Amino acid sequence: MSTILTIKNLYIEAYSEEAWQPIVKDISLTLKKGEVLGLIGESGAGKSTIGLAAMGYTRQGCRLASGSINLDGVELMGASDEDLRLVRGSKIAYVAQSAAASFNPSHRIIKQHVEAPVQHGIMSYSDAQKEAIKIYRRLFLPNPEKIGFRYPHELSGGQLQRAMVAMAMSCEPQIIVFDEPTTALDVTTQIEVLAAVKEITEKMNKAALYITHDLAVVAQVAHRIMVLRNGRLVEEGETRALIKKPRQAYTRELLNVRSLREDKDQSDKMDVILTIKDVAATYTGEENVLEDINLTVRKGRTVALVGESGSGKSTLARVITGLLPATQGSINFLGEDLPLELKHRTKDNLRRLQMIYQMPDTALNPKQTVRRVIGRPLEFYFGMGGKKAEERIRELLFSIELEPDTYINRMTTELSGGEKQRICIARALAARPDLIICDEVTSALDQLVAEGILDLLQDLQNKTDISYLFITHDLATVKAISDKIVIMLEGKIIEQGEKKKVLSPPHHEYTDKLLSSIPEMDPDWLDNLLDERLDSFI
Amino acid sequence: MLSLLRQSPLSARIGLGIVILNCLVAIFAPWIAPYDETAVVGEVWETVSARFYLGTDHIGRDLFTRMVYGARNTIALAFITTALSFMFGSLLGFVAAVKGGWIDQVLSRLIDVIMSFPTLIFALMILSVLGSSIPTLIFTIALLDSTRVYRLSRAVAMDIEVMEFVEVARLRGEGLWWIIRHEILPNALPPLTAEFGLRFCFVFLFIASLSFLGLGIQPPLADWGGMVRENAGAITFGIFTPLIPAGAIAFLTVGVNMIVDWFLHLSSGLHE
Repeated sequence: MSTILTIKNLYIEAYSEEAWQPIVKDISLTLKKGEVLGLIGESGAGKSTIGLAAMGYTRQGCRLASGSINLDGVELMGASDEDLRLVRGSKIAYVAQSAAASFNPSHRIIKQHVEAPVQHGIMSYSDAQKEAIKIYRRLFLPNPEKIGFRYPHELSGGQLQRAMVAMAMSCEPQIIVFDEPTTALDVTTQIEVLAAVKEITEKMNKAALYITHDLAVVAQVAHRIMVLRNGRLVEEGETRALIKKPRQAYTRELLNVRSLREDKDQSDKMDVILTIKDVAATYTGEENVLEDINLTVRKGRTVALVGESGSGKSTLARVITGLLPATQGSINFLGEDLPLELKHRTKDNLRRLQMIYQMPDTALNPKQTVRRVIGRPLEFYFGMGGKKAEERIRELLFSIELEPDTYINRMTTELSGGEKQRICIARALAARPDLIICDEVTSALDQLVAEGILDLLQDLQNKTDISYLFITHDLATVKAISDKIVIMLEGKIIEQGEKKKVLSPPHHEYTDKLLSSIPEMDPDWLDNLLDERLDSFI
Repeated sequence: MLSLLRQSPLSARIGLGIVILNCLVAIFAPWIAPYDETAVVGEVWETVSARFYLGTDHIGRDLFTRMVYGARNTIALAFITTALSFMFGSLLGFVAAVKGGWIDQVLSRLIDVIMSFPTLIFALMILSVLGSSIPTLIFTIALLDSTRVYRLSRAVAMDIEVMEFVEVARLRGEGLWWIIRHEILPNALPPLTAEFGLRFCFVFLFIASLSFLGLGIQPPLADWGGMVRENAGAITFGIFTPLIPAGAIAFLTVGVNMIVDWFLHLSSGLHE
């Protein structure tokens, strides 16, 4: 096989704090025809930067400092804009993480698809359309003749991502850069996109750079894997060899994070603190988005609420907190019926039920200091001020494993994602709640950081006997932390029970689909699954 | 603050210089001006000389003196008016955004009604009914201007209101004022401050046009807009006297806008 992309000793710098700082350091890689190279690492590892550099591109505020990028005989380092324009799209194409944000919402999909081949002068408009429909068919998009004539908002997330992959193929490039193409998707739709990626790399023999933070995903599609950290190469190897025998400690850490924790004793004596009975809710006043919701949460235990996006998990959280009053049913919390509407609840009701959000960036006021964020609930609920509050804030910071002296005066914008989420946890804890609703608290975080957050939550539960209602679409998280699992689909609970019972067969049909969709570290997992599902999937 | 100033671009520094110069002139007007504000000291439309730095106006008052006092009246009036319109407009805007529902509907439709009148005609109407005193002038312009401020602050607050940290405050049980004061206002401040600069200029121009129509600041008080009007006739004789107050208005407007541009740049988060 001939080499098609060679990157040698690449350095990329970003401008920050009035100086050029290296963000990619001494990276060399080669890509042969038909080969898939997986780039893996946490955010800030430089994966995307390298992926974009393969196209001779850097984000604003970055520059290619030194090294060489040779794409099929063309040196991209220092190439003119005109030369780069000829290469991009026709020889190398890019698939971004969020297809929804990458398509222009006011043009039909196929119009955007044919833009590149027509612009590059490869095909006429009508030929390009015919080709587009062919690729749609190959990528298993439903109704391939018609689907291109829809607008982006008329497609589901998984379909849109596949249309994006199809679009990248429009000029028949030699290489495709996939930048976290499945990260924003549910496990069940992730499979569709992975199948499309497989189709392109294996059957159409294209080379690809596959960027992700999920080792189990990259194991399915890549021939070789490069593990990156802070812009440097940690380890590189054949996929199977690397997963079987990682040489570096960091790689082992990435491999090991998905482990089950010990189950707690299953005694029945514990008191139920939250009982939801026959609850229904609606946004429009007509159609119910939630129906017949019945569930209980016990003291010191974790209930995981699982389902795809749109299944009503977050809506249920809004109903419990009173932001969206239930239209029927009752919510019993700590022995008394909670008023369904937020404004009728007492301060004590509110205090005992806290919430942590998915995006710590938007859950913290960017104009406040850590002291203020944690101090306010102390002041509001307990009238704490001055020295007493200061002591308690330090105590809370200590309990979320952040050094009080370093963090107490920081603005919330001066924290990393993981640190922000810890501050959110501390804010919730400051109210001394009995129940915390955790809404996808780890899905915006890197694997290892997320693991740290889960450990912390577990730790806090062991110490304070707090209960969690854990909303997530990530079944690996569910396996790791829950005592009880509730599975939701289209606004209804379709299965619930103790973790062991739900996770062991026989499953409900949907539960089965959900469980089998979680990528496993085994490189053959996707192939086997696709063989099994082939009929139902197309 | 000082370090921020040190990093500021040249245009912002020039703008700041212009504004400071104008303010100093306004504050120290009695010491700077060689004559009394209303004293007739020479012939009509005398040219520039050692006695009259900028010549004299249409009834023989020293133009330089009038300019210095005019700065005082015009800038102070514009500042008070803008501040008032912002207090009024942004408060209502925030309440509408946070409360939503019928409160938002009623407020927004009311504002729409006021906005549907051409501003100048609306102002002329009120001023001719109530008479043109300084307080009515301030109140009228502030009211008209606050409609625009309302629109902006409502839009800005709505963007902030959907953030989860506001939801957190709600779930905590915080009241309306606390949410506005601590969660919304600090985050709405950058765009509002930038808008303040722009509005300041508009008010300034608006007073000038009202003065030009004879309903602004009443003679013999000096104000730049009024001075343009009083001396407008000179143009036909080839005398540049009316261009001096007009130039001063332009000068200050450009200065304020240079600062506003810089502020917009800062709050947009682009630091290159």
